[in-house]
Amino acid sequence: MTAHVITISSGKGGVGKTTTVANLAVALAADGAKVVCIDGDIGLRNLDVVMGLENRIVYDIVDVIEGRCKLRQAMIRDKHLTELYLIPAAQTRDKNAVSPSDMTRLCNELRPEVDFILIDSPAGIERGFRNAIAPADRVLVVTNPEVSAVRDADRVVGILEAEEKRQTGLIINRLNPVLVKQHDMLSANDVLDLLGIQLVGIVPEDEGVIVSSNRGAPVAQDPKSRAGQAFRNIAKRIRGEDIPLMEFGRQDGLWDRIQKMAGGRKA
Amino acid sequence: MDEIDTLIQIKGLRDSLLVSIAEAPWEEQRAALLSQIDARQAFFQGARLALDVGTQIVKVNELVELRDRLSERNVSLWAVISESPTTENTAQLLGLATRISKPRPEDTRQFAVQDLGEETALFVNRTLRSGTRIEFESHVVVLGDVNPGAEIVAEGNIIVWGRLRGAVHAGSKGNERAVVCALDLLPMRLQIAGDAMNVAGRKETGTPEMAFIQDQRVIIEPWQPGNTG
Ligand SMILES: Nc1ncnc2c1ncn2[C@@H]1O[C@H](COP(=O)(O)OP(=O)(O)O)[C@@H](O)[C@H]1O
Ligand SMILES: [Mg+2]
Repeated sequence: MTAHVITISSGKGGVGKTTTVANLAVALAADGAKVVCIDGDIGLRNLDVVMGLENRIVYDIVDVIEGRCKLRQAMIRDKHLTELYLIPAAQTRDKNAVSPSDMTRLCNELRPEVDFILIDSPAGIERGFRNAIAPADRVLVVTNPEVSAVRDADRVVGILEAEEKRQTGLIINRLNPVLVKQHDMLSANDVLDLLGIQLVGIVPEDEGVIVSSNRGAPVAQDPKSRAGQAFRNIAKRIRGEDIPLMEFGRQDGLWDRIQKMAGGRKA
Repeated sequence: MDEIDTLIQIKGLRDSLLVSIAEAPWEEQRAALLSQIDARQAFFQGARLALDVGTQIVKVNELVELRDRLSERNVSLWAVISESPTTENTAQLLGLATRISKPRPEDTRQFAVQDLGEETALFVNRTLRSGTRIEFESHVVVLGDVNPGAEIVAEGNIIVWGRLRGAVHAGSKGNERAVVCALDLLPMRLQIAGDAMNVAGRKETGTPEMAFIQDQRVIIEPWQPGNTG
């Protein structure tokens, strides 16, 4: 095995990074993959809460990096899925306790043993974000269909391009089709048009997400949830399956179209 | 020129900058590089750097520290070229490249912005995304989009072969003959020389347009062959 390392980033906070990590992890693991999630949001950890593993934490990522425990000891096994693990963030330490090279080393140690490593990135583009993207093979940028979130996502994509992280993907979260119809919300096409990166999924606004986050049981486990279905579809796309989008088509930006006509690659 | 400048040599490669550092203690090399970057922020913004350290042995923690300092300045270190196998190993350990395809002579040019003549343009072959700012002493040509939140300030013309949605200021030192052209001209802010146009409420026209100054005001007209003055 050699794991695929996927980092979930956004720029803006509160757009659904942690929700996405928890749900993709559950969906991938339920499909038989061996998955480790890493909470990269040092000081503001909450992936453990969303995954319902809060009260099992003994060691955290900073303990591993500073040598107080073995990597294995900091890996918390999920309550239901035996091939799903979480390495929690430290609650109290300062962000500089971890460096990009630490993250790369930690992931390299895990790579031979698992199929997927999912890293939850903090908001912003500072140190914690740099840590989270350092080991990534692929970075999925989460945004909401809102001007400010898209602007921050664009900034993140710019940094990823400068860092040569060519494998990027976009997840549009909390889309509300009613608001889009009334022109009160950006459409998926508006967002894609601006960002011009590959779309890997659209997740609808769904109250169930909030309820299940509080219960520590991600919606991807609920066969009836629409948001859960969207996350399961994204998980399948990550595994290389060709799953059509739930209801929104994709449209390229003018620039992509020109590049395609010219037979070139995206600059 | 002071001593710092003689330590650092910068060459433009196809899509990155090659920085060669003359022999000196690491502390001095490091300081020279960072101060050079701080002094020319606009030039280095978003740049990818290949660092040629010659025979210098650079330790892991030194390289990690430098990479972090560079990354804080939005400069990414992607390669370290060294004649020392120890340094090469260190660089590889950190996931950095240690070989770059040697530029052909015609690809290599010395970057010395102050030498640029009036008719030189900065050519940007990518989309400028939010948070990027380009400032240049002459014309700027972008092959790509200029997204909202990106900004270009040019003493000369600004030509965007793509969609212009960010903020632009052409003729920034007062040249009223400067123009702004784009395939899709919908900037968030548009200024030529001293006049800023009110662009609020402009709609997509589906045709290339050019902005220029007439009677001291910026106006926008559809681009037609022959109307470039
Ligand atoms: N698709 C969705 N529908 C409804 N609420 C959502 C959705 N995705 C996320 N949320 C809610 O938004 C809030 C922020 O999500 P979170 O994943 O913590 O964001 P981030 O990690 O980016 O800061 C949470 O309360 C979460 O339950
Ligand atoms: Mg979060």
